[in-house]
Amino acid sequence: MSLLDDEIAPRRILILAAHPAPRRSVAGKAVRKAAREVDGVTFADLYAEYPRQDINADREQERAEAHDVIIFLHPFFWYSTPSIFKEWQDIVLEHGWAFGSSGKALAGKIFFSALTAGNPEESYFADGYNHFTLRQMLTPLEQTADYCGMVYLPPFAFFRAGHAEEGNRLNEHVAEWKGLLMALRDHKIDIETARQQPLLNGQLKMLTREA
Amino acid sequence: MDGILLSATIYLVAAVILVPICSRLGLGSVLGYLIAGVLIGPVFGLVGSETQDLQHIAEFGVVMMLFLIGLELEPRALWDMRMRLLGLGGLQVTLTAGLIAAGCMAMGLNWTFAVAIGLTFSLSSTAIVMQSLAEKGLDKAEGGRGSFSILLFQDIAVIPMLALLPLLAMPHLMGSGIEEAAHGVVDAAHAGGDHGAEADHGASLSIVDQLPGWAYGPVVLAAIGIVVGGGMYLTRPLFRFIARSGLREMFTAVALFLVVGIALLMTLVGLSPALGTFLAGVVLANSEYRHELEADIEPFRGLLMGLFFITVGAGIQFAVFLADWALILGLLAALIAVKAIVLFVLAVIFKLRGKDRWLMALSLAQAGEFGFVLLSFNVQNEVLPPDLQPILSLLVALSMLVTPLLFILYEQVFHRKYAETMPEREADEIDQRGTTIIAGHGRFGQIVHRVLRAAGYEIVVLEHKSEFVENMTKFGVKTFYGDATRPDLLHAAGLHEAKQFVAAIDDKDQITELVKHVRRECPDIHIVARAIDRHHVYQLYAAGANDIIRETFDSAVRAARSALEGLGEHPFEAEKAVRYFVRHDRETLVKLAAAWREGESIWDNPEYLAIARQQADLMTETMKTDRSAGRNNALERAWMPPDIRPEEEVDED
Repeated sequence: MSLLDDEIAPRRILILAAHPAPRRSVAGKAVRKAAREVDGVTFADLYAEYPRQDINADREQERAEAHDVIIFLHPFFWYSTPSIFKEWQDIVLEHGWAFGSSGKALAGKIFFSALTAGNPEESYFADGYNHFTLRQMLTPLEQTADYCGMVYLPPFAFFRAGHAEEGNRLNEHVAEWKGLLMALRDHKIDIETARQQPLLNGQLKMLTREA
Repeated sequence: MDGILLSATIYLVAAVILVPICSRLGLGSVLGYLIAGVLIGPVFGLVGSETQDLQHIAEFGVVMMLFLIGLELEPRALWDMRMRLLGLGGLQVTLTAGLIAAGCMAMGLNWTFAVAIGLTFSLSSTAIVMQSLAEKGLDKAEGGRGSFSILLFQDIAVIPMLALLPLLAMPHLMGSGIEEAAHGVVDAAHAGGDHGAEADHGASLSIVDQLPGWAYGPVVLAAIGIVVGGGMYLTRPLFRFIARSGLREMFTAVALFLVVGIALLMTLVGLSPALGTFLAGVVLANSEYRHELEADIEPFRGLLMGLFFITVGAGIQFAVFLADWALILGLLAALIAVKAIVLFVLAVIFKLRGKDRWLMALSLAQAGEFGFVLLSFNVQNEVLPPDLQPILSLLVALSMLVTPLLFILYEQVFHRKYAETMPEREADEIDQRGTTIIAGHGRFGQIVHRVLRAAGYEIVVLEHKSEFVENMTKFGVKTFYGDATRPDLLHAAGLHEAKQFVAAIDDKDQITELVKHVRRECPDIHIVARAIDRHHVYQLYAAGANDIIRETFDSAVRAARSALEGLGEHPFEAEKAVRYFVRHDRETLVKLAAAWREGESIWDNPEYLAIARQQADLMTETMKTDRSAGRNNALERAWMPPDIRPEEEVDED
């Protein structure tokens, strides 16, 4: 694979970001800003494009078709995404386009969720107060992606987002985030291994070692 | 002069007293008029022989009625009922005439007399039946439609009857040349023209009298061509010209001219005026001036029909009745039975369902106003001996008098019975009226119209600017000319059948009046009203509008949102800000409405002013604290990051 790297076109990445109160979130602001700085990334703010949530299916389908990686970037609200992502799925993922015998538009594309969560990482375990892992909580997205023939990756999360400014943890997270995007873009990441992980966080070195 | 005033007073008083009473008792207005006529005529003798002359004038009401019926019947609908018209109507006339003639011969009458009587009594009363059907809301039922088809056929059948009846008096002419027959048609037809138009004029004005037989057909066709062509191409410029003058009474004058003119034309060529105006009505059924015409003609029709019913009642000759009451009652019963049985059998053959069979059988079981015409015509032409006329006339009148009772019988017995045993097949009864009436087709009403129309709803649009109506028609948008603030026009547009009313005209006070009127007329209708400003909202609420929409509020809010975005606000932040504003404004409106007093300036209302100030302060306060964090942030408290909230420990994400 490494020999052919130069000849393989970089993956085109689409980040669909949504935060209903963007100026409230320190961590969110930082990851959004970082995402815009990476070459080859298309960044879309769904609440800015659709403040009345009247999502345009044709336009979104066209945009999704034009990319190889689709990432939902969002705060973790009630163990899920902000509501506009549900609307996006309901409207954009049409039969005959996203699924069904002739619905192959998304097949083979990489999908995952990059999120900022308020609770600490240790709460997302069977014995933690959130009882389930983040990946378990996001199984509806995982199954949706699978149903559409996409390659699902585990979530890339920033925990305790309300305490983002403690120490250097936000900067480290942002750096890993940019690295992840570039590695995806440049085919430098081991997708098969990545799929097995509970989370993408802190795995970048391990996942890119081979390449 | 005194005499005219006196008889006018007698007629009016009798009608004014008895018609509302009968209506209230559920007997229908027709019976009220008939009883009024009986009372002022045979019972108290207040009016005399002038009723005969009056009847000729009053019959013009039938002409107007057929014009109005035509207006509601689009050419396509008329074409669709051709089978029924010819089949049902033709069989009814033939079978009824045959049976009655056979009955007369069995009673020992000469066969020519028998045929003349059979034809005369095969006809029914368009006036009574259509009036009663409309009044009781049965005109759209299958049975009502069947009845109408038959009545229409009868109106057409009168022409050849008038042509052929004289032949019965002259057996030696039968089977001779076409020319004589054609002359017969002409003579008969202009006599037939008496029915409706003024008798004397009709006779002296006929232009076909002197024509040879071969020219008659082309002349008649030309006349019909004038009615159809004129209706299609000349009325629109004429109406536009009149509408631009802005004079209401001119429109009424033109509408009357139209009906009277066509009646005259038909009389001149020896056709039935009722049929001519019916045809004109059908031609104009697609016109945007249709509702205006309806509203203008309707009062004249109503009064003339009323007068006609009174004269029928007043014309009943008690002396004749008393002399032979047993025979007459027997004949009456036999007549109604024969007609009803024929109709019922036809209803079964033409696949009418349960109660509709009874409706058709009972509604058409009488003899009609054409009966009077045919009787005197027959006597004049020596087809019938004069001594038979009083009894036969009395039979016609009595059968008409009985008709409202048959309608009551239908309603009380059959309508109820089938209402209980058979589920209504609603889908069969096509509602020809729009379910939503939109008053005003300016910038506001147009949007409402376009959305409803695109969503596939039936609507009626009323607009009083004729240029507007014309331009909309060019776009293929159906709009009717007329001032929506006129109650009669609203009525003609089908207010009482409508599900919804949208008041979208420009004038503030007129909107309020309109909403009040509509609410008064139709307590259950859904009213969407355009409000000019905040105070107008209160007025409209008091007037009974269901949904009150401030005409510039939504667009101003959108402008504000754009302005926030223009300052660099995130579009969703701008959206949230105006969402808050709209909610706050609505709450303010409700609070202020409670303090608002009709007719009192808000500047003299301390309570109102206090609430207004308080609400304004609240808004400023909220919009300011928005920018800071906290639970009482009205705009985005749902999305406040957890650690900023005071009770961090209970928070989940």
